[in-house]
Amino acid sequence: MRTATSSLDLLQPRSLGEALRMLRDEGPLTPIAGATDLYVAVNFGTLGSSRFLNLWALDSLRAISLRDDSLRIGALATYTAMIRSRLVRRRLPMLVSAAREVGGMQIQNRGTLGGNVANASPAGDALPVLAVAEAVVVLRSAKEERRIPFGQFYTGYRASVRRPDELIVAFEIPPLDGAQWFRKVGTRAAQAISKVVMAAVRGPRPRIALGSVAPTVIRLPHIEEALAGGAAIEDAVRLLDQDIQPIDDVRSTAAYRRDVASNLLRRFWVDTESAS
Amino acid sequence: MTNAVGRSVSRKDGIGKATGQARYADDLTFPGMLHGRTIRTTVACGQVAGVRLDFDPAGFTVVDHRDIPGRNVVALIADDQPCLVEREIRHAAEPVLLLAHESREALLGATVGLDEQPGTPIFDPEQSPTAFKTILIEKGDVTAGFSAADHIVEGTYRTGHQEHVYIEPQGVIAVPEDGGITVYGSIQCPFYAHRALAVVLGDTVSSVRVVQTETGGGFGGKEEYPSGIAAHAALLALKACRPVKLVYDRVEDMLATTKRHPSIVRHRTGLTRDGRLVAMDIEVILDGGAYTTLSPVVLSRGSIHAGGPYRCDNVRIAARAMFTNTPPNGAFRGFGAPQTQFAVEVHLERIAESLGLDPVRLRERNLLRAGDTTATGQKLGDDCAALEVLRTAVRRSSYRRKRKAYAGTGRGIGLAMYWHGSGFTGSGELKLASRATVEITPTGARVLTSSTEIGQGTRTMHAQIVADTLGVPYEQIEVATPDTSIVPDSGPTVASRTCMVVGRILQRAAEEVRRKLGDLTPIEYYQRHGPLSVTSQYEQPDWIEWDEVNYRGDAYAAYAWGCDVAEVELDPDTWEVRPLRVTVVNEIGRVIHPALARGQVEGGTAQGLGYALLERVAMQGGVMANAQLTNYIIPTTMDTPKLDVVMLEHPYAGGPFGAKGLGELPIDGPAPAVINAIRHLGLDVRAIPAIPETIREAACASG
Amino acid sequence: MRFRLNEQDVELKVSPMARLLDVLREDCGLTGTKEGCGEGECGACTVLVDGEAVCSCLIPVAQVEGTEVTTIEGLGAEHPLQRAFMDEVGAQCGICTPGMILTATTLGRRPSLAKIRQGLAGNLCRCTGYEAIYRAIHAAS
Repeated sequence: MRTATSSLDLLQPRSLGEALRMLRDEGPLTPIAGATDLYVAVNFGTLGSSRFLNLWALDSLRAISLRDDSLRIGALATYTAMIRSRLVRRRLPMLVSAAREVGGMQIQNRGTLGGNVANASPAGDALPVLAVAEAVVVLRSAKEERRIPFGQFYTGYRASVRRPDELIVAFEIPPLDGAQWFRKVGTRAAQAISKVVMAAVRGPRPRIALGSVAPTVIRLPHIEEALAGGAAIEDAVRLLDQDIQPIDDVRSTAAYRRDVASNLLRRFWVDTESAS
Repeated sequence: MTNAVGRSVSRKDGIGKATGQARYADDLTFPGMLHGRTIRTTVACGQVAGVRLDFDPAGFTVVDHRDIPGRNVVALIADDQPCLVEREIRHAAEPVLLLAHESREALLGATVGLDEQPGTPIFDPEQSPTAFKTILIEKGDVTAGFSAADHIVEGTYRTGHQEHVYIEPQGVIAVPEDGGITVYGSIQCPFYAHRALAVVLGDTVSSVRVVQTETGGGFGGKEEYPSGIAAHAALLALKACRPVKLVYDRVEDMLATTKRHPSIVRHRTGLTRDGRLVAMDIEVILDGGAYTTLSPVVLSRGSIHAGGPYRCDNVRIAARAMFTNTPPNGAFRGFGAPQTQFAVEVHLERIAESLGLDPVRLRERNLLRAGDTTATGQKLGDDCAALEVLRTAVRRSSYRRKRKAYAGTGRGIGLAMYWHGSGFTGSGELKLASRATVEITPTGARVLTSSTEIGQGTRTMHAQIVADTLGVPYEQIEVATPDTSIVPDSGPTVASRTCMVVGRILQRAAEEVRRKLGDLTPIEYYQRHGPLSVTSQYEQPDWIEWDEVNYRGDAYAAYAWGCDVAEVELDPDTWEVRPLRVTVVNEIGRVIHPALARGQVEGGTAQGLGYALLERVAMQGGVMANAQLTNYIIPTTMDTPKLDVVMLEHPYAGGPFGAKGLGELPIDGPAPAVINAIRHLGLDVRAIPAIPETIREAACASG
Repeated sequence: MRFRLNEQDVELKVSPMARLLDVLREDCGLTGTKEGCGEGECGACTVLVDGEAVCSCLIPVAQVEGTEVTTIEGLGAEHPLQRAFMDEVGAQCGICTPGMILTATTLGRRPSLAKIRQGLAGNLCRCTGYEAIYRAIHAAS
C-alpha cells in the first residue's frame, strides 16, 4: 500500500554545493534523481526513509563529455541522453545497448546512470558495463572529492562505500580496447528486470561482468585469467562456479541462471571471435 | 438488407476513450466522499484472534462483520464466502476489516494489528478432501472402446493460474441516496452485484441500485469479484452516511482477486491403427481455491470442452473442482475451456508423434462434422465448421511447407484446434430468462440492457443490430448505461453470450417495435404518438434438450470454431521461446463488426500467448509472491508477434443476423498451438506457462 | 509551485513529494491520466514533460517545477492520433489509450513498425494484442 507522501520532506537545492551542504548539515537525506526506483518504493509503501534531497534540478550533473581522454558521464545523465550521445555511442556502445533495454521509453527518459548505481540492485542493467569498463565513480561531499574504482564501490548486497554525506556526481570511463558485448536476459522481450545480465570486452585481456548472479554485480576473475592465458572457452566456463552464487527467487532459478551465464560466456566468445 | 451490420462503424465510446473524457470509477468524486481501505489476512488458514487499531480513530469509519445488517455472505452459487471474515481464515488476503477516511493520506497512514493464529493449509488440489463440484460425462462404453483400440496413449497436462491484468484495477463507489444505496463501479455484471448487495444489506435499505462506470477491462475478473467490493463500500458508506470510494491498487488487486483455475488433466486415449479415436477417458481436476465462487460452472464448461472438437463414440470425462487454501479462483475468459483444450490438443500432438501420424491428418480424421455428436450427445448442425477452419489455417499459414523447412533450425510450427460453446450451458439461458428493451426516443431509439461495455464493443454491436432491425441509421441508436434502476436484467456479460443471446433478444424487441411503427420512422412515431418501448425475453430454441443431472444433450445452442498455427523460435542460449507469427482462423457465424471482431481475436490471442509463455503466478504459502507487474509478466509490444486473423462465417439461425459467440474463443488456441510448436523443436513440454526455466528442464531431459 | 499544464500556467500549493499523477487527477481535475500499476510497467499514467514521455506515477511533483506538462486533455479532440485510434479501433476498454496516444506522439513522423513496437514497449494493453494500435499509428502518420 502506498506511502502517504504528505508526511515526506523534500529538500530542494539549486546547486551542487548547496546539495552537498544539505547532506552534511541536514542529513540523513536520501537523494532522488529520476525517481524511477524510489517512487516504486513510495507506491508500494516500502520506503526506508522519510527525508529526501531532490537532485533533478542540478543540471551540471547531466553533462556527457570527454576529459583527458576519459569519457565522463554525469550522474544525472538519463538513459535516453546516453542513447542519444554520440560520445557514448562511439566510446561505449555496450552502455547504449544496456540503456535501450532499461524499462520502456518512459523509464529511459527519467532513469539516470547515477541512480542505477546508487540504487545498488544486483540486477541493475548498466552495472556490468561499468564493471568491465573499469569506470571510476566520482563521489563528492562538502569536504572532498573521492574517486573510487567501480570494482571497489560495492561492499555487499545493496551496500556501497558511499557515505551519507556524499553524492555520486559522475563516472569516468578510461579508453577501452577490444570488442564490447552486452546481453540482458529478462523475464520477457522488453522492459523486464534481468534474470542474468552480462557485459564483456574482448581485448588484450578479456573482461567479463555479470549481474543478477550474486549479491552485487561481479567480475569473473578466474575466467578472465584463464581466457587471458589462452584457455579454451569450454575450459574457462567450467570455472564459473568459483565466481558466481546465483539464487532461486520469484524471477528465476539458480540452475537457470548458472546455465544461461555459461551459455552467454560461450556466445560472447563466438560473437567476438573476429575481434581477437 | 443491412446497413450497419457487417461494417466497421465507429465505436459509440471511441471519442471519450481517445480524448480521456471517458469516466472510470476512480475518475468520479462525490460531495463528502471518503476513501476506503481493506484490511486483509496474511496467513492461508487459521483464525482471527483479535484486531487492534493502532491509530487515532477520529475521522475514521471502521466496519467489521458485526456491522453487516443482512447475511454475511458474498451471494453467488453456494453462499459460502463471507463478506468479511468473522473468525475462520480460509485464504491469505481475505477481507477482515474496512476503514474509511476523508483524507486518503490519513487512511494510508493508519496501521491495524491483526492477530492471526495460523492453521495447517491445503495447497495441493489432488490431496484436498473437499470437492466443490464433481461432474461425470459418459458416452458409449469406454471399456469396450479401449478393448477395440490398437493403441493406447496416456498423458498428464498441467496449467497454472492466470491473472486477468485488466489495466484498470478493481474499484467502486457507494453512495447513500434517499434511504437506499447506489454503487457505481467497474463491474461486468451489475445484477450480480445488485443481488449480493441486497443479501448483505437486508432490509436496512429501501433500494439498491448498481451503475456500471466505464470499465477498463474485465476478462471475467470483474464478473463476480466486484460483488464483494460493492458490499464493502456500501457497508462503509451506510455507516458513515457518506459516499465511499474503494479502489484497489495493483498489488492488492493481484493478491486478493480471482484468477484462472490451475488444472491437472489426465488423458487415456484408445485409437485404431489408422488414427481413429475409439475411446477417450479424461480426468479433469481444477484448483478452486478457498470458496466455491463460480468453480462449479467453470468445471462444467471445462469438462464439456475437454474432449476437444472431435468425434468419438466412447467417452468418459470425470471432473472435479477442489478446495485449497488459496484465494478463490473464478471467471476468466474461456471459463475452464482453455485448460482442458490445452490438454487435449497437446495430447493429440503426442498421439500423432507416437503413432507416426501427420498432426493435421490425425485431426482431420477425427474432427466433428455436421451430424456428428459431441461427448454430451449433442448432434451438430450445419454451422459446424471445424474441418474448414483447420484446412484454411493449414493453407493460410503454409503449415506443411514450414513444418518441413523448420525441422532442425531452431524454429518450430504447431497447431491447435478448438471450439467454444456460446451462451450459458444447457438450460442456463432458460433459467436466466434474460430481457432486453428497445425504446424509441425523439432522436431515434435507445437500447436498454444490463450487458456491459468492457472494451469488447457491446454498445456498438448492440446498436448495429437494433439499427438494422429497425431500418434506421446506426447514429440514431443510443445505448443506455447499465443502471439496474432503468435497464432490465439481460443476464451477466459473460460466456460469449452478449452478441448471440442478448443481441438476439434485442433483435426480437426491435422487430416488435418495427411492427408497431408501421410505416413511420422512430422519430416520426415519437412526434405523433410519444414514447414506445418493447421488452423481449429470451426464448430457447425449441430443439434444445438438456439433462442437467447426467450431462446429456444440447450443451450449447451453438459453437464457434477455431484453429491457431503458431510459429516460434528458440534461443538456444536462454531457452526463451519467441512467438514469430500466429495464424488464427475463427468461425463465429455472421461477423457483426469486422474491426471489433478482429480486435477480440487479436487481443484474446495475445492473452493466450501470455498464458502459454510468460504468465506465472508464483504462489508461495498460499500468497502470490509476484503480485506486481514487474514480476508477473504480460506481453508487451515486443513479445506479441504478427497476428494473421481470418474470419469465416457460417451463420447460425438462432443468432442475430446469424452471429455466434466470439469473446472467449480466441483464448482457447494459443497455448496448445505454441506448446505443439515447441514439441516440433523436439522438446516435450506438457505444462504452461512454458517459461525458459521449464523449457531448460525439458531440454536437459531430452539430452 | 508553478508549471505549464496543457499550455496554461498553473500555480499550486501541494506537497512536493506528491505524485505528479495525483496532482493532475485530484488537484487539477484532469482524470484522463490513469493509474495501472504504480511501478512504471504499464504506462497508463504516461504524460509528456517538456515533450518527453514519462510515468506520472513515478515523479514527485517538485520535479516538474518550471516544465511544460501535457496530458491527454492537452491534445484536445482533433489530434490525428485520436481520430485514428477511433477509426481503427485502437481503443477497446480505453484505459491504456491516453498513455498510448501520448507516447505515440513522441515517435516522430511515419515511424516504422519496429520503431512503434520499441517505442510502445512501456505501454501495456491487455485488450488489443497491439495490432489495432499499430494500425492506428500508421493511419495517423
